[in-house]
Amino acid sequence: MKSFWKRLKNDKVGLIGCIGVLLVVIFGLLAPAIAPYRPEQMFTEHTMQSPNGKFIFGTDEFGRDIFTRIVYGAKVSLQVGLIAVGIGAIGGLVFGLIAGYFQGIVDQVIMRVMDVLFAFPDILLALTIVAVLGPSLTNTMIAIGIVFMPVFTRIVRGSVISVKENEYITNAVAIGVSPFTIIFRHITPNIMAPFIVQVTLGLSGAILTEAALSFLGLGVQPPNPSWGVMLNASRTYMEFAPWTILFPAGAIVFTIFCFNLFGDSLRDILDPQLK
Amino acid sequence: MLIPVLFGVSLFIFFVMRVVPGDVAQTILGTDATPASLKQLRENFGLDLPLYQQYLNWMGGVLTGDFGESMRTGKAVLPDILNRFKLTFELTLIAAVISWIISIPLGIIAATKRNSKTDFSLRVVSLLGVSVPTFALATVLILILSLFFSYSPPVGYVGFFENPIKNLEIIILPAIVLGTSMAGAVMRMTRSSILEILRQDFIRTIRAKGAKEKVVIFQHALKNAMIPILTIIGLQIGTLLGGTVIIEQIFSLPGLGQLVLTAITQRDFVVVQGAVLFIAFIFVMINLLVDVLYSYLDPRISYK
Repeated sequence: MKSFWKRLKNDKVGLIGCIGVLLVVIFGLLAPAIAPYRPEQMFTEHTMQSPNGKFIFGTDEFGRDIFTRIVYGAKVSLQVGLIAVGIGAIGGLVFGLIAGYFQGIVDQVIMRVMDVLFAFPDILLALTIVAVLGPSLTNTMIAIGIVFMPVFTRIVRGSVISVKENEYITNAVAIGVSPFTIIFRHITPNIMAPFIVQVTLGLSGAILTEAALSFLGLGVQPPNPSWGVMLNASRTYMEFAPWTILFPAGAIVFTIFCFNLFGDSLRDILDPQLK
Repeated sequence: MLIPVLFGVSLFIFFVMRVVPGDVAQTILGTDATPASLKQLRENFGLDLPLYQQYLNWMGGVLTGDFGESMRTGKAVLPDILNRFKLTFELTLIAAVISWIISIPLGIIAATKRNSKTDFSLRVVSLLGVSVPTFALATVLILILSLFFSYSPPVGYVGFFENPIKNLEIIILPAIVLGTSMAGAVMRMTRSSILEILRQDFIRTIRAKGAKEKVVIFQHALKNAMIPILTIIGLQIGTLLGGTVIIEQIFSLPGLGQLVLTAITQRDFVVVQGAVLFIAFIFVMINLLVDVLYSYLDPRISYK
């Protein structure tokens, strides 16, 4: 852990990414304390105001404070990111461990199902699942989780197959340790590095997909504050109120950029070949 | 593996569409529909048949080129898909070419000037490219063009052979947005693959024999680095196809992506399953093409 922090401190780009991610996390967690107003609070006498002392990012067509909605939007994005990636990662971990350890017919079945899910472009698969489940925050998270599951399954399976070849695993099998113990006690801790990197990169992908689905009207539903919803709603009057577009777009780009910077740096730090 | 995957895709899309909560006929006709009209719709679309029979009927149709009729408009689905695919194909192709033009030379420059200021700037730019969503880029671009140049993108679509100039005017902006979004990932892969190759012994030998740097990079390093680059290009084409759903919506282009989105919002399941199956088929075929190109680039790879 000490060496991890040391390496992160030396990697300036990764450190910037890490600070950016922490900032978004703090905004998301402390949204009610940071935001000056409630996200649905309307100031009808202050509609479409450009940034000023009272509304630092301006207001939208209903007179809602854009800064407040962006701060609460961070909460929505983080929630979707964590839960969706959680669904994909846990599903991928379980299926990947089973497929990689037992191989044979179980592996064939699991991987062919994953191949089928891989045959769809991400956003299209998410759209289809949301179409079936109905647009809502929960369904968006489920859809994104399912979309991400094949990537995690493939990464975990590949790592398990390589770790399984080690002598200590052969020895554990020889002395009669149960497959359950081997998988969770001896294999899982050794496949965590690529898994954690994928989780970080998956978070940015999940936030991006949520914003895209919400932008298309099939993700988080108004009046809930989501950056994608805000961006879509502002399109009709963006020429008269460009701040309604620029701030949500900036929030999305900033968040994804920081997650990607951090994920990239994490990959370099956790990759034993680069040490 | 192609046929089992496509069979799995068809099963998945068909059964996913059938687990929609509520009655499909009721969703289509609304709450005012009479029992007779609901029964009629169910019979017309075979919704009253057992699921396996509905699937077999649908697949039988798909294999003979009949994807069924839209539940909303009654129009045949396949001709509509093919008609709209022309636009989506053109958009994807131009976007892909734009992204290659941007990403491959910049990736090579970044790799050859490793750890320099140029490399660092290009890496940040490429990461920014990966981080900017197409819908945000498109919206901000439209805003900038409108505010500073009083320009609005043309609406509608004209085929390339009808009016090439008008066609390009319609396609170019969405293609630039899509292409830029793809360029970041391809550029990162180009840089890392070339760096990997440049470290190898045969490159050192070529350099030791006095070959010019241009020859080393373009004749030896780039060709050997093409396999991972092609892999990411294949995957990115899928992303591009998915990305057209958003881009066509923003630029009001009547392509396949817009057809899917409209069908989803209208819950026209025959169109959704037909169009999604078609897109998945194209995606799988592109990846097959990429696999075939591997053996062309590296003759050691063979498929038996």
